Amino acid sequence: MSTEALQQEEVVEEVKKSEPLFSKKNRKLVTNPLDIDNPITVQVLGICSALAVTIKLEPTIVMCMAVFFVMTLSSTIISMLRHSIPNRIRIIVQLAVVASLVAIVDQILQAYAYDVSKQLSVFVGLIITNCIVMGRLEAFALGNKPWPSFLDAAGNAFGYAAILIIVAFFRELLGSGSIFNFKVFAAMGVDYVGNGVMTNTAGACLILGLLIWAQRARNGYYEEE
Amino acid sequence: MAFAIGMTLILGTALAFVSESLKDKQRAEREFERKKFILSAALGTDQINEMIATSRDEVNDLYEKRVANLVVGADGTPIEGLSADDVIVAKEYKKLQRNSDEVMEVKSGQTLRLPVYTIASEDGEGIAYYVMPIYGFGLWDNIWGYLALQSDFNTVQGVIFDHKGETPGLGARITEQGLQERYQGKKLNNEAGELVSVNMQKGEGADYSDAPHKVNGMTGATITGNGVNAMVKDYAGLYSDYFNSLKKS
Repeated sequence: MSTEALQQEEVVEEVKKSEPLFSKKNRKLVTNPLDIDNPITVQVLGICSALAVTIKLEPTIVMCMAVFFVMTLSSTIISMLRHSIPNRIRIIVQLAVVASLVAIVDQILQAYAYDVSKQLSVFVGLIITNCIVMGRLEAFALGNKPWPSFLDAAGNAFGYAAILIIVAFFRELLGSGSIFNFKVFAAMGVDYVGNGVMTNTAGACLILGLLIWAQRARNGYYEEE
Repeated sequence: MAFAIGMTLILGTALAFVSESLKDKQRAEREFERKKFILSAALGTDQINEMIATSRDEVNDLYEKRVANLVVGADGTPIEGLSADDVIVAKEYKKLQRNSDEVMEVKSGQTLRLPVYTIASEDGEGIAYYVMPIYGFGLWDNIWGYLALQSDFNTVQGVIFDHKGETPGLGARITEQGLQERYQGKKLNNEAGELVSVNMQKGEGADYSDAPHKVNGMTGATITGNGVNAMVKDYAGLYSDYFNSLKKS
């Protein structure tokens, strides 16, 4: 885990009251995690679910929505409570809030998206242990006001979603020859045999690696000596 | 301290409220899934999925029209006044134990109830398929499903498998349509009429199209495969008295 990256962001100061809702600083909270501070490709958090749920686009998008819901709400709640949470039990409080939200999401999925919830199986429950959620609570929400915390969580959830959706797009296209279960190659009249690597977890690793490579090449990143 | 108690109370209430208010909807979803599984085992997953894509009511109507059910005892005689929907297969499974010959038998003092779903033929005359719920244990947790037989009580029309906690990508593959379709047309009994069941073999990729009792297994999920094999064989054995009584009549 890149704890350094987390600690660095604690420097972000509290936003002053007079600041507009979408000031430059606030906009950065949303846009940074999309690229230069992406939770998956830069901070390398939340890899577990990025590999596991990206076989097809539909469950991936439901998963991203679930993560968005849990992250934004937990960040806002923890940020509102940040002065009253006793420091000694703050991790337990965070965990309790996150776990409750995840349980609620799981119940809702079982009622309204039963098939998808079965496909996601344990991975909805495992949002609790997703390092991005707790990481943002510890590094940002505990030290900032609710609105910036919300934006920060939303930004990170979008950053997470962007990577997952790209990975799922290629995995479904190359692995199953379809997009949203629509057989693309069959519709074009091309006889395509699904690539078994892409339906396996290894395929996600490959695509993720290529993505990180492309992103680093574009942003001119070099590993420090 | 006060904070911890307050938090527990608030979160607990919220969870209880959500769970309670979504209970009916969740139960309806599970009920629908049961219908879907029974119909898919007998009529093919593709056809039922197509139907669901257009309208779920169509599936309910089809179920209403063609599916009837009954409950039989361990000796194969029907038990009157009981609906198959009232029998919880997981509970019935607990009444069983494996004897020294590795055959499932009913524990002493227990009455086993076996649900049977019958699918009427398309023209409405006679029964085309018999669907039996099956239950067993995989690698991590319980597995279950439905076994659909043609009216010779020997040829497998289709199977549906489901599981609670098998490993995603390995044992959890038993829910895949392609894997379940491997069972279609296989035979439970050999030519002498003895129960052989249909068994997943070790490894994957061999051609078993000429072997009536063998299907490809799952690489990396041998224990789940063994669980599936045991489940199919156990229940084929448990229902055999019922089948024999029908064959005679």
